[in-house]
Amino acid sequence: MRKIFYIIALIGVSALMFSACTKDLDTIPIDPDENTAGTVFDDPEAYTSFLAKCYAGLATGGNHGGDGEPDVAGIDGGFSQYLRQYWYHQELSTDEAIISWDDATIKDFHYQQWGTGDVFVAAMYYRVYYQISLCNEYLRQTADGKLSDRGVSDDWRTKIKAYRLEVRFLRALSYWHALDLFGSVPFVDENDPIGSGGFYPSQYTKAELFAFIESELKDIEGQMMAPGTNEYGRADQGAVWTLLAKLYMNAEVYLGQNKYADCISYCDMITGSSYQLAPTWQQLFYSNNDQVPATMSEIIFPIRYDGQRTKTWGGTTFLVHAAIGGSMVGTDYGVDGGWGGTRVTPQFVEKFDMNTDQRAVFYTDGQTMNIATVGDFTNGYAYPKFVNYSIVNGNKEDGYAQDFPDTDFPLFRLGDIYLMYAEAVVRGGGGSMSQALGYVNDLRTRAGVSTISESELTKEFILDERARELGWEGHRRTDLIRYGLFTSVDYVWEWKGNTQQGRATDDKYNLYPLPAADVNGNPNLDQNPLY
Amino acid sequence: MVKHLTAKMILLLSMLAFSLTGFAQSGQVSGVITDALDGSTLPGATVVVKGTVQGTVTDINGNYAITVEPNTTLVYSFVGYETQERLVQPGSTVNLALMMTSTALEEFVVIGYGVQKKEDATGAVTAIKADDFNKGAITSPAGLIAGKVAGVSISSNGGAPGTSSQIRIRGGSSLSASNDPLIVIDGIPITNDAGSGTRNPLNSLNPNDIETFTVLKDASATAIYGSRASNGVIIVTTKKGKEGAPLKIEYQGKFSINQVPKTLDIFSSSEFQKFYQEQFPNQMDMLGVWFDPDGNVIPNADVPDDREGYEQKIYNTDWQDEIYQNAVTKDHAISATGAWKMLPYRFSVGYTDQEGILKTSAFKRTTVGVALNPTLLDDHLKLNVNANGSFIKNNFSNQGAVGAAIQMDPTKPVIAPDGTYGGYYTWLENGQTIPNTQGTDNPVALIMQNDDQSDANRVFGNFQADYKFHFLPDLHANLNLALDHSKNEGTVYRPNYAAAWYNNTQGGGQSNEYTSDHKNNLLDFYLNYTKDIASIDSKIEVMGGYSWQNFWYENTWDNNNIPVFIDPVTGDSTGQSLVNSSGIDRGELFLVSFFGRLNYTFKNRYLLTATFRQDGSSRFSEDNRWGLFPSLALGWKINEESFLKDVKAVSTMKLRLGWGITGQQDIGGYYGSLGRYAYGNDQAMYPFGSTYYMLLRPSGYNPNLKWEETTTFNVGLDYGFLEDRLYGSLDFYQRTTNDLLSYVPEVAGGNLTNYIDKNIGSLENTGFEASVIGRIISQKDMFWELGFNATFNKNEITELYQGASIETGGIAGGVGNNIQVQAVGESATSFYVYEQIYDQDGAPIEGLYVDRNKDGQITPEDKYVYKKPAADMYFGISSNFTYKQWSFFFSGRANFGNYAYNNVLSENGWYNRAYRNEGPYSSNLLTEVNDINFYTAKYHSDYYVQEASFFRMDDITLSYMFDNVLADKLDLRISATVNNAFTITNYTGLDPEVTGGIDNNPYPRSRVWTLGLNLIF
Repeated sequence: MRKIFYIIALIGVSALMFSACTKDLDTIPIDPDENTAGTVFDDPEAYTSFLAKCYAGLATGGNHGGDGEPDVAGIDGGFSQYLRQYWYHQELSTDEAIISWDDATIKDFHYQQWGTGDVFVAAMYYRVYYQISLCNEYLRQTADGKLSDRGVSDDWRTKIKAYRLEVRFLRALSYWHALDLFGSVPFVDENDPIGSGGFYPSQYTKAELFAFIESELKDIEGQMMAPGTNEYGRADQGAVWTLLAKLYMNAEVYLGQNKYADCISYCDMITGSSYQLAPTWQQLFYSNNDQVPATMSEIIFPIRYDGQRTKTWGGTTFLVHAAIGGSMVGTDYGVDGGWGGTRVTPQFVEKFDMNTDQRAVFYTDGQTMNIATVGDFTNGYAYPKFVNYSIVNGNKEDGYAQDFPDTDFPLFRLGDIYLMYAEAVVRGGGGSMSQALGYVNDLRTRAGVSTISESELTKEFILDERARELGWEGHRRTDLIRYGLFTSVDYVWEWKGNTQQGRATDDKYNLYPLPAADVNGNPNLDQNPLY
Repeated sequence: MVKHLTAKMILLLSMLAFSLTGFAQSGQVSGVITDALDGSTLPGATVVVKGTVQGTVTDINGNYAITVEPNTTLVYSFVGYETQERLVQPGSTVNLALMMTSTALEEFVVIGYGVQKKEDATGAVTAIKADDFNKGAITSPAGLIAGKVAGVSISSNGGAPGTSSQIRIRGGSSLSASNDPLIVIDGIPITNDAGSGTRNPLNSLNPNDIETFTVLKDASATAIYGSRASNGVIIVTTKKGKEGAPLKIEYQGKFSINQVPKTLDIFSSSEFQKFYQEQFPNQMDMLGVWFDPDGNVIPNADVPDDREGYEQKIYNTDWQDEIYQNAVTKDHAISATGAWKMLPYRFSVGYTDQEGILKTSAFKRTTVGVALNPTLLDDHLKLNVNANGSFIKNNFSNQGAVGAAIQMDPTKPVIAPDGTYGGYYTWLENGQTIPNTQGTDNPVALIMQNDDQSDANRVFGNFQADYKFHFLPDLHANLNLALDHSKNEGTVYRPNYAAAWYNNTQGGGQSNEYTSDHKNNLLDFYLNYTKDIASIDSKIEVMGGYSWQNFWYENTWDNNNIPVFIDPVTGDSTGQSLVNSSGIDRGELFLVSFFGRLNYTFKNRYLLTATFRQDGSSRFSEDNRWGLFPSLALGWKINEESFLKDVKAVSTMKLRLGWGITGQQDIGGYYGSLGRYAYGNDQAMYPFGSTYYMLLRPSGYNPNLKWEETTTFNVGLDYGFLEDRLYGSLDFYQRTTNDLLSYVPEVAGGNLTNYIDKNIGSLENTGFEASVIGRIISQKDMFWELGFNATFNKNEITELYQGASIETGGIAGGVGNNIQVQAVGESATSFYVYEQIYDQDGAPIEGLYVDRNKDGQITPEDKYVYKKPAADMYFGISSNFTYKQWSFFFSGRANFGNYAYNNVLSENGWYNRAYRNEGPYSSNLLTEVNDINFYTAKYHSDYYVQEASFFRMDDITLSYMFDNVLADKLDLRISATVNNAFTITNYTGLDPEVTGGIDNNPYPRSRVWTLGLNLIF
């Protein structure tokens, strides 16, 4: 009988256990590095770390060094890196760059024959929207109500208020990239839900998106820190003004209506503040370009890298390594070797005075100028513009590590503002022609080439000057489209349209397609024309 | 924990050993035991004095002799035969013919939470017993039943020692989620993820300890396991002692030689030179090693045009030969089975020492198993205690060497002429003495300069009590408490002078440590009520219970470089900074379930089984947490009907009809439905000014996540003719998976990730299985059993997210190149390629594809679905022939209609691959390049999608059983086996059996010659 008692007791205990057991199903993460939104912000430093992530969204492919824990899926972490993809889209599709590799559809950029299923186009698109979603989440988590609920101190609330402005700038920057690359795209902000709940963002027209970016920037403009007063690398008024200037510069492409006058007034605000041209052009692309005040004074907004603490296979790691191949020696550029990828077309080379222009940093030894074989690095001149060394007091000093360069990428810089100003003036936006000429000649003088006269300052000349001054800095596709030359028969370069001599392509390629996956997945979306 | 249990086991062993006592003598009874049907003798039958543990077993000729007191009752028994008792006197001869029970079908099969008479089973269930296992040097338990069960495809994931097997039951039911079946060992559902540093959880079991594999295939059998049963269930039971059985000690020893059966056909040194002369006459400097006038090695790219005083030395290296070896495996297993008074026990120790054919790879495993299964309280309480320990030492070698051996220039030496980089030849960066980051790594250096080891210890065991109520013996209560704990510790060490891990600024190398700790606890409780209701000629069995299971893991890692920089030329070392990344990763999952089953038998002819299970998983949010998984099955024993009952020829005829819903919840992370924030590491920080900040990242999540549900219909027929001399089964099934978990693009802006797991889409598997086993010869001296099984399976995706295709299947060579697609109307992971155009001689024309959409250009829209990796048909055959002392066994498998993407060829079969100007360096090619004539990579050509149908002879064994060894006290069997004897295929790659369909970095499956020795005394 006692046995029976035991058995019954056992059943009783078991019964008690299972009511307790069902409560076990409410788990929370037990990983020391993981938190829910409910607990992570107990430490207000988390707001700064989250802000750092919003900036780093432009710089690294993931949350761990070397693009580990990638942010964007469906592609290698290093390839998903924002700047690398932006550079592919803006440079590989133009006369400024061609690549020898066999990665999926990478050569289609240069051939201008990408499609809606292109893995790299998708990587860019989803990277842009990752950045936008990140910023939206930041704004959601720092809404007044949330901060009050969490009892955030007044000191921190002041800081967070400034952080929020910068996050809105970063979001506007990515929306501008979306507008420029894809045209009419889905729109989401912090008021929309997240989390696979059946929410489908609606599609903004180009005009709606333009208006959003413009109003955001104008709204934050006055509240941002004055140029050069924020910590280096964080956005300030200069960054906001530059983005507005670039938006207005290309307004005709986006809206069919020019806003060169607005462009000029924002360029004026920038040139009227503390920015100065760096003494030499090459030092803008050195490993210490975030250390030397004279260099930093030209850079309005950088994407920052560090060989020890900000490691990625994209960014300037890619820009430096990929440009080295053939008989080039890696350590001459401060790195451990070359990846033998990127060169320039002869049409780009021809814009330079090879003897005097200090910006003609071509490597020609063992390289042919023409490109008979796209896959052969020695076809086409190499252009090692970004390097992982610096010259300090006449001595060459390498970056911290030879695998991951320290070199920052100058996303916005004063040289670009000068040329935007000049172009806007020449295009009839007002301003001062002599000022425009002065700016262009300032850049030319710095580069060691002869100055030009006012009559030589045509818009065509400015386009070529932009190539010389800003080559590989991510402006080229936007520039060629603004000049109507991107797909046109009026300007062809080797391998445009997938023939060596080059040919015109369909005008639909002035915009990249929305990835088929998103058009299929979001019933609110229409594909770009003719894709 | 591990230590503690080990100590306990040792204590237990000594107690058991101490208790073994001898027997007193009086008078002898002897005789021969035969099969009543054909008169053949029965070796290994048990003869026991009733009510004691005193007894013996018959020898190879069926003879026995036992000493007894007068008026003793002897119990004669043999597995599969009806037990008989005889009253005997000393000095007499008692010959006995045992009747076979209704052979195979009279057996019990293990089902979830209980056992069932096989003849009453209504589900598609196949049990394989130890006698029928594949033989030879099989160190992975899954290999024991490869090719044995219709509808089950088992293929090893490669040739590495201790490697896991991929098991698929009736095709995969998932796209993104796991397709592995649930494995239950002695009532413990084990998790497939035992952490880094281990190769396969099943491998922690010694194959010699396994008694049966029971494969539950259809939902009516598996649904009792609910949310984890969609891919079928494999129940493993380990060997146990039997009450009243005498002590039996068994030793099994094996000695094996592992050979590389085939290497890839690449250019030899002289062929490569000739090839270079033809294709790259201006780049001949790339070959061999160059010495400057001072005799120093210089980079090949640095040879000056005049070559004055420079010397080129060409070597002749077969890199594949350099990395492989003939490897030895030694395997010992010893077990003691018996009963001490009322305590049946089994104790086993096993030791496997396996070398891999890739140099330095090794697998050493010690296993310990204890099983105690006493029956107490007048048969009312059955206890079952199992404890298994497995202690594995892995040496992983470096599988990267396999691919490098294909690509490394054969004109280069293994050993560096100048002794740099640890003495191994290395491609140098031009103009410098540092390793070239693009050039192929020296395959031998990759292995020899890589020390990658782990200790994987696992202890699992359970305590099971089955109590038959005193006041109501029809009612049982069963409690099962189990734990499964594994702890792995690994280290990876790569010296700082090793070229592949060289860093010329920071001190290179690697010194990494990791641990992985997994704990899995289980509590099951159920009540079972069985009642014969003679008045209505019915039998009912009702079972109900619940289960609680907890999974916990913790991984830690501590990765460092070696903070000393060593100059490869001067050997000077300087202090450098430490680059460290370390971390910890933890997670926990709970499953809580309620389940029940009703078996109803009417007139011993009509069977009904109904089950349900309600599962809750902490993986899902509260709204989606619970799922109900029902099943219903009907069986009809036609041979019991009056019109067949007297037909002698038909011994078994049972029709089965089953329907059920099962789930799949093994879908990656434990917290996929929860929004989380995670900090990054110190190498992905971002600076504001000069202060660096850690990155805090919110993760994407899907609160609507839930399990996949698979609905299965099954119609089956079990048949047996002529006293089951010929028996088998036929099954037709249809399995539809809904709420298919897919890793799909998230709408842009809709989440904090662009890809996420969602329950979207449907998948269907339709198939037919047949098995037939026949005893073709069954005579006194000669016995031949032949088994054959066949499976036809068709897998089709019937619905996907918005109907869109999902590209998948990343390949080696270039980033972002995918070769497969998930598309509606197609088989899962079908190949997605361009249609190659061929010239009149049948050679492919480079870059020319069919313009399938006829838009005048070749764009990605011209790709099409062409073939798939899964086979349409699987066959298994096994034969067991015995003549007197000799026995001959073989088993083989065939797959038809499976295709593989030959990535080794697409990556190493085009001319320009041989000279790479990034670096620059030279790279070897497959000789097939001469048939293909491509200059550049054409990864997406359907040329590379090749038929990979095959027949593989898995196992051939010849054995001999010795008579009269040591005055009949000992049975001795020796055997010779060859595993992976031969493969017949048209596939041109290394091995047609390619898991997942993409053939790259192939580690050859070895051919294994084994000499085995079995001793029983």
